[in-house]
Amino acid sequence: MVAQNIFFYVIAAVMVAAALVVVTNRNVVRSALALIVVFAGVAAQFIILAAEFVAVTQVLVYIGAIMVLMLFGIMLTRSRIGRDGDMTNDHWWVGVVTAVLLVGIMGYALIDYFGDDALPVDRQAATVDGSNTSTVSDAIFGQYLIPFEVISVLLLAALVGAIVIARKDR
Amino acid sequence: MDDLLINQFLLLGAILFCIGVYGVIARKNTVLVLMSIELILNAVNINLLAFGAMNNDITGAVFALFIIAVAAAEVGVGLAMVLIIYRNRASVDLDEIDSMRG
Repeated sequence: MVAQNIFFYVIAAVMVAAALVVVTNRNVVRSALALIVVFAGVAAQFIILAAEFVAVTQVLVYIGAIMVLMLFGIMLTRSRIGRDGDMTNDHWWVGVVTAVLLVGIMGYALIDYFGDDALPVDRQAATVDGSNTSTVSDAIFGQYLIPFEVISVLLLAALVGAIVIARKDR
Repeated sequence: MDDLLINQFLLLGAILFCIGVYGVIARKNTVLVLMSIELILNAVNINLLAFGAMNNDITGAVFALFIIAVAAAEVGVGLAMVLIIYRNRASVDLDEIDSMRG
């Protein structure tokens, strides 16, 4: 259990540092690359939480697809690649105040309510053969079949909508 | 300090969420604002899976998967909109997109 704690804190520190780079760096591409580090760290945390299927999906969808889209967006909008004067607007201190207040309130509420509640040692929900992937699929194609189909239609609509919005001839 | 606490994950999620909120408020470039929104969505996913692990329930993982799918759709449409704004105004600076100002 101690090894898990060390793993957690090292990954968490890297994630928070990379997230700060994402929101403060002046170089857009460097922000995007730091965001990849955050996504990989989130995937590692999912593995600590014994959700390996979600972790693999995170790597495939976020690092594989969404980051490529983001880099395409940076490239196509020619967002002054390389160093840039200011990527932060004049009222950035509003953001600092909001974020600090929010983290204070949420941190107080979480520590007050959950305190030292420990996660169960065996975190694999209803495992079959040491993996919870089949449990996930049972839930998606059983109890949550209708939301799953709605998500499919939403993805199709988003795909068509993105093409219609972004195409040149109209 | 032997067991993993639920609060470790929840506080990590809260910190990531607030960093994302700061990015949404403070950044000028529209693509960077979209990246900050991705940070917020990831923080929510950590929370969902932490609660799922606490209650030994698979629902958290299922909803995290749904959020990943919705995030993919959101990024696709969002970047298409950023692209058309860039094409029309030759800028992705949020301070210059002020045609709604009264």
